[in-house]
Amino acid sequence: MEVKELIGKVYRVSGPLVVAEGLKARMYDVCRVGDEGLMGEVVGLVGEKALIQVYEDTSGIKPGDRIENTGMPLSVELGPGLLKSIYDGVQRPLPALKDASGDFIGRGIDAPALDRSVKWEFRPVVKKGDRVNGGDILGGVQETEFIEHKILVPPNVSGIVSEIYEGSFTVDETIGVLEDGTELKLSHKWPVRIARPYQEKLPPEIPLITGQRILDALFPVAKGGTAAIPGPFGSGKTVTQHQLAKWSDTHVVVYIGCGERGNEMTEVLEEFPELEDPRTGKPLMERTVLIANTSNMPVAAREASVYTGITIAEYFRDMGYDVSIMADSTSRWAEAMREISGRLEEMPGEEGYPAYLASRLAEFYERAGRVRTLNGNIGSVTVVGAVSPPGGDFSEPVTQNTLRIVKVFWALDAKLAARRHFPAINWLQSYSLYADSLAEWFTENISQDWSELRKWAMTILQEEANLQEIVQLVGSDALPESQRLLLEVARLIREVFLQQYAYHPVDTFCDLKKQYDILRSIKEINDIFYKALEAGKLVEEIIGVEGVDEFARAKFEENYSEAIENAVRKIKQNLGVE
Amino acid sequence: MKEYKTITQVAGPLVFVEKTEPVGYGELVTITLPDGSARRGQVLDTSKDIVVVQVFEGTRGIDTSSTVRFTGDIIRLNVSYDMLGRILSGSGDPIDGGPKIVPEERREIIGAAINPYAREYPREFIQTGISAIDGMNTLVRGQKLPIFSGSGLPHNDIALQVARQAKVRGEGEEFAVVFAAMGITHEEAHQFMKDFERTGALERAVVFLNLANDPAIERLLTPRMALTAAEFLAYEYDLHVLVILTDMTNYCEALREISAAREEVPGRRGYPGYMYTDLATIYERAGRIRGRKGTITQMPILTMPGDDITHPIPDLTGYITEGQIVLSRELHAKGIYPPINVLPSLSRLMKEGIGEGRTRDDHVQWNDQMYAAYAEGVDLRGLVAIVGEEALSERDRRYLRFADEFERRFVQQGRYEDRDIETTLGIGWELLSMLPEAELTKIERKYIEKYHPAHRKKAE
Repeated sequence: MEVKELIGKVYRVSGPLVVAEGLKARMYDVCRVGDEGLMGEVVGLVGEKALIQVYEDTSGIKPGDRIENTGMPLSVELGPGLLKSIYDGVQRPLPALKDASGDFIGRGIDAPALDRSVKWEFRPVVKKGDRVNGGDILGGVQETEFIEHKILVPPNVSGIVSEIYEGSFTVDETIGVLEDGTELKLSHKWPVRIARPYQEKLPPEIPLITGQRILDALFPVAKGGTAAIPGPFGSGKTVTQHQLAKWSDTHVVVYIGCGERGNEMTEVLEEFPELEDPRTGKPLMERTVLIANTSNMPVAAREASVYTGITIAEYFRDMGYDVSIMADSTSRWAEAMREISGRLEEMPGEEGYPAYLASRLAEFYERAGRVRTLNGNIGSVTVVGAVSPPGGDFSEPVTQNTLRIVKVFWALDAKLAARRHFPAINWLQSYSLYADSLAEWFTENISQDWSELRKWAMTILQEEANLQEIVQLVGSDALPESQRLLLEVARLIREVFLQQYAYHPVDTFCDLKKQYDILRSIKEINDIFYKALEAGKLVEEIIGVEGVDEFARAKFEENYSEAIENAVRKIKQNLGVE
Repeated sequence: MKEYKTITQVAGPLVFVEKTEPVGYGELVTITLPDGSARRGQVLDTSKDIVVVQVFEGTRGIDTSSTVRFTGDIIRLNVSYDMLGRILSGSGDPIDGGPKIVPEERREIIGAAINPYAREYPREFIQTGISAIDGMNTLVRGQKLPIFSGSGLPHNDIALQVARQAKVRGEGEEFAVVFAAMGITHEEAHQFMKDFERTGALERAVVFLNLANDPAIERLLTPRMALTAAEFLAYEYDLHVLVILTDMTNYCEALREISAAREEVPGRRGYPGYMYTDLATIYERAGRIRGRKGTITQMPILTMPGDDITHPIPDLTGYITEGQIVLSRELHAKGIYPPINVLPSLSRLMKEGIGEGRTRDDHVQWNDQMYAAYAEGVDLRGLVAIVGEEALSERDRRYLRFADEFERRFVQQGRYEDRDIETTLGIGWELLSMLPEAELTKIERKYIEKYHPAHRKKAE
């Protein structure tokens, strides 16, 4: 770890890229540039010179200015106090920055990631003489009411405990000592670009329940899985991600606003503390870490933000928690890579993106997974990445390279959004490769016929799409009666089941039981329709039957099952079907 | 003072200077030509051997004997409350023949990023008096809502109408307009100025003019100057500032020019890879800050090259701004003003700005219904083109008529017609009453009973 000359000088400045001379540096060492100590990271070495990408505006930096190498790679601080925090891309807490420099972010401000003044009540679970290895649990701190923050041995540390204390500590104080003299603290650092180690990866057999009907029922993602939401602007991508963050059944949520809009980030920052966590009745913020790096904040910090986020997620995973991480948007992240690559004058690949785009994306998504942690617990990190293809063109490199890696694709569709069909997820283009591996779980936990119902709904929707092509040409009146009924059933699936109102107090979340009940009832109505047709009813009579509207509104009722039953009964009676 | 006569190369808007002493990145540079005239520039790249300067006022006439002076400071704008009513050049000097602006402050024009934690979410409805905006794509204070236009479309008229009519209802708060013109023609500028003067709007406006024949590189400064002035007025004098930036396409062209001159790796269509970040540093200066009274609302205008919404300029803009108002050549050809096509238009912040207590209780659902009905009607036009209107059902024919009337009665209005939100909603309800009531599935019963013309008549 020895670095000889940690002080060097600026040779050249070009935007966020600073070239240093006379500096002993290794790749990804963090440096402080100029008198203000702007934070930067070594991204290239050319002969005697080091290329440093700086996370802040470099105006005023000139050749000859001092550069100091910290000798450490870009790291995050992991310990109690992470939850409820709002960080920028390099883990500086935004509220502290506001205290330091006011409403606008000044330069060269540093603030510790974890609050130094808070004393945490630590209860050890190991005792003197115990042997501990990297990742083992030393004890716990009740960080928020429902999340116990397990204090872990840093992954690269092991030994025999010679001292361990109980009581109140700050994150800097020693809570124990190993025989070789290593001090143990409530927090430790971990370099963001290196995945935290685990014992083994486990297969994706448990679904992440989001409470969003189209996601859970048609295109489920597994805990520890990866999903991508692409979408042209204005297709409701952000709302979908917010819904996921709010309702997913994970213990901890890490939300990365990477290069996104300031006002929307503010919405998240305002909303999360006010949102009630449906499971605990506490603010959602109590199990959330927010990372906000808006589009006008420095581009290099945007590049780092994704790594900062996933490292924090892995840390909670190592405690045995299920974590979901939303990255909005990975396209902005890729563009940051492109921008920096351009400044480094690297040979560009497709559309100016660096040739390593694909491997960086793959590396990032590969950090997802359900794992057996070093201490034997099971935890998971589920990654949902948004991509924003320019011009809505899915053939562009970021989308294509992402699709090669992720297993679930929720295709947002601007046309659906224009019709106010929300969530505007196109059911024909989307897919989930987890559907089969999760089928067993659904069968055991929800219902025997879950998979069957799912397939039935998908088939109806597919057939509807085929019929729509004909309808476009000849109009629906020209279709045979059974097909016109199919169109009506497909409409019910679309409008009643798939459409879900994020802003409606009841409809915003739909548990699996309710999802199943609604879908099964649509199937039931389908059967009633066809029976009525066989019994000689006219298609017009069936389609216009009273009770369908009532059924469509049932999902908004607190007491939905009764409403559904009543509506279905009414439909039966009106059509004279037993 | 660091002065050099060591220009080694001039390439397009760039000047390369060899020098001995260190020069800071982003430093302001003055270049004095042999004839004594001066040009301003900014350091783009600095190293021990060579400094690259971009010259805002053009490099014409610069030769190797010109003197380059590095000021040691970065570019600043003199700001003062007295800027209101003044016309300035694209780089901030008065060009209205009036006195110099006595600065209250000299501000860096590169604004620091607002801490997202310090922002307040925009939710105050701005009534523009234009139905297609107020009803369907509502603007709120602190929003950035661009107009995506095409060449030859009346985007300037719309911007002017917004500037004239925009108000927050029930408040007598002070309002100001900062207008930044980049590369627009003299004629267009004249149209703006005449209207500002005639309506008395100039008194509460600051105008930055970079015309088509002004140096292109100056355009890189203009929006930043304008926003610096806007921030000063908003945050020091508690004004609600509407910033109109026109035409951002010209700004992006200037950005491309610099990038090409620096021989950078080009991104899409030759625009630099950092254009997104660069545009973000402009657009993101809109907003509201907790605890401060003043606000900045932006309405950038851009002409889509070839009416192509997927072109990098509208595309990247759309990813930063909170929606867009899209103008349609087809509507314009039909003689409809304002030719706003509501289908691709969007206001991402409207959901918080409308509804009870902001506009009216029925607005949210009314909007969904109007939108869906118009979309359906427009879709049916495609069908009519194939099978003819006779083949349509009665229901479909009603939707067709709805779409036509929507454009003729709802979207279309006069250039000086200032419709309040009740009028806008009222016209919408009349249109909706053309459809069978059972079709109004997106509106709750109680609103139908309250506002549907048929029910209102009954009630009377």
